[in-house]
Amino acid sequence: MSKPYYDAADLRKFGKITEWSEELGNKFFDYYGKVFEEGALTAREKSLIALAVAHTEQCPYCIDAYTKDTLQRGITKEQMMEAIHVGAAIKSGATLVHGVQMMNKVNKLDG
Amino acid sequence: MATATKSLKKQGNDLAQSNRQLEILSNGIFKSGELPTFKDKISETSQFPLKAKKLEILQINVGYMCNQVCDHCHVDAGPDRKEIMTRDTMRQCLEVIKNSGAHTLDLTGGAPEMNPDFRWFVEEAAKAGIKDFIVRSNLTIIRANKKYYDLPEFFKKHNVHVVSSMPHWTRGKTDKQRGDGVFDKSIKALQELNAVGYGMPGSDLKLDLVYNPSGAFLPGDQAAMEKDFKKALMEDFGIEFHNLFAITNLPIARFLDYLIASENYEDYMYSLVEAYNPAAVENVMCTNTISISWDGYLFDCDFNQMLELPVNSKSRHVSDFNEELLEGRNIVISQHCYGCTAGAGSSCQGVVA
Repeated sequence: MSKPYYDAADLRKFGKITEWSEELGNKFFDYYGKVFEEGALTAREKSLIALAVAHTEQCPYCIDAYTKDTLQRGITKEQMMEAIHVGAAIKSGATLVHGVQMMNKVNKLDG
Repeated sequence: MATATKSLKKQGNDLAQSNRQLEILSNGIFKSGELPTFKDKISETSQFPLKAKKLEILQINVGYMCNQVCDHCHVDAGPDRKEIMTRDTMRQCLEVIKNSGAHTLDLTGGAPEMNPDFRWFVEEAAKAGIKDFIVRSNLTIIRANKKYYDLPEFFKKHNVHVVSSMPHWTRGKTDKQRGDGVFDKSIKALQELNAVGYGMPGSDLKLDLVYNPSGAFLPGDQAAMEKDFKKALMEDFGIEFHNLFAITNLPIARFLDYLIASENYEDYMYSLVEAYNPAAVENVMCTNTISISWDGYLFDCDFNQMLELPVNSKSRHVSDFNEELLEGRNIVISQHCYGCTAGAGSSCQGVVA
């Protein structure tokens, strides 16, 4: 059987990106860590946002990481699914709102 | 996780054997060097060998029999376990309680209340006037049979500090880990404890809850979880309690079986090692605790008891308990110890760092 393109175990190696570009890698991880600290938003709220974005970005590593992170924070599966629906609503809304552009063009060409 | 009805021991499962568990914890990713052993990890910060300090907590396991068969249980407890502390061993424990400098006595199991001499032991131990007398109650035992209905009053009479497991504030997550109907019975038991004064604001009758994750992930921030538990239990059921202890599941016994069966073992060990916190090592519970088994043997903690790793001391049994000899002993470690040093650390009293 061929090896899958994505390997879940690769997530453990994420930190190794610093090996080929130490300064940029470290700056990224410092920034990343800061972003997820408690701030005007709680760490829980940030975790749920990250879970929703992980899905809209369709990043399998991020989905694994933030599913675990939200579970660790005691977030229920109903709350997790609602967060994903928020992401999905924005994604579909972003598609559909372009329908107005299509309508404008139709009206211009064939109105 | 699916809820089993028999202990691993009764099932004849390989993982009921402590040497099999230790073999798994020492081989694979730890033998290949993919992850550092616990000994290597604590050596990095010159914390090896881990030494016992002054004894503060006596934890006595009065038997492995339990009315529940929880999926994560590190004891592999259940109704089919017959290991029960006898009154003779309890008498020996009482001598230790009276003479020891420990400020906390912590009775655990199984369901300690199922030991036929439990009430006698509590009555006798309470006379020793130990500062904090804990009984770890699984809550459902209070509703399991008429003979246990008066336990809240009994605990109150002896000023016992009740520490109870409550995996989540939702029925689904609780029942998944601990069995169908456990959530409703636990809620009823908590209401009964509240009714006699346990857990009420300002009450001296201490009622603390223990949260441990329902799956292959680590506990979140203890204070945040406590806030969520308090809000949900108050709003939904009018329940009050004092503190929540967030405890990490250690990869032994039934939880190890679950990790392997669900193909989560390696990821879980990675999570534990990545979350390793040297500050937690400083206060890890084995350094101020002695765990006594149902048959009177001494261990650094309840987990080592289940792995049959006895204390590294000449004083090995309650009959020859010697606090001076035990102080300063080298703690016996293996890779399961990562469970107590992850994040803010984990002990029977919750976080340690």
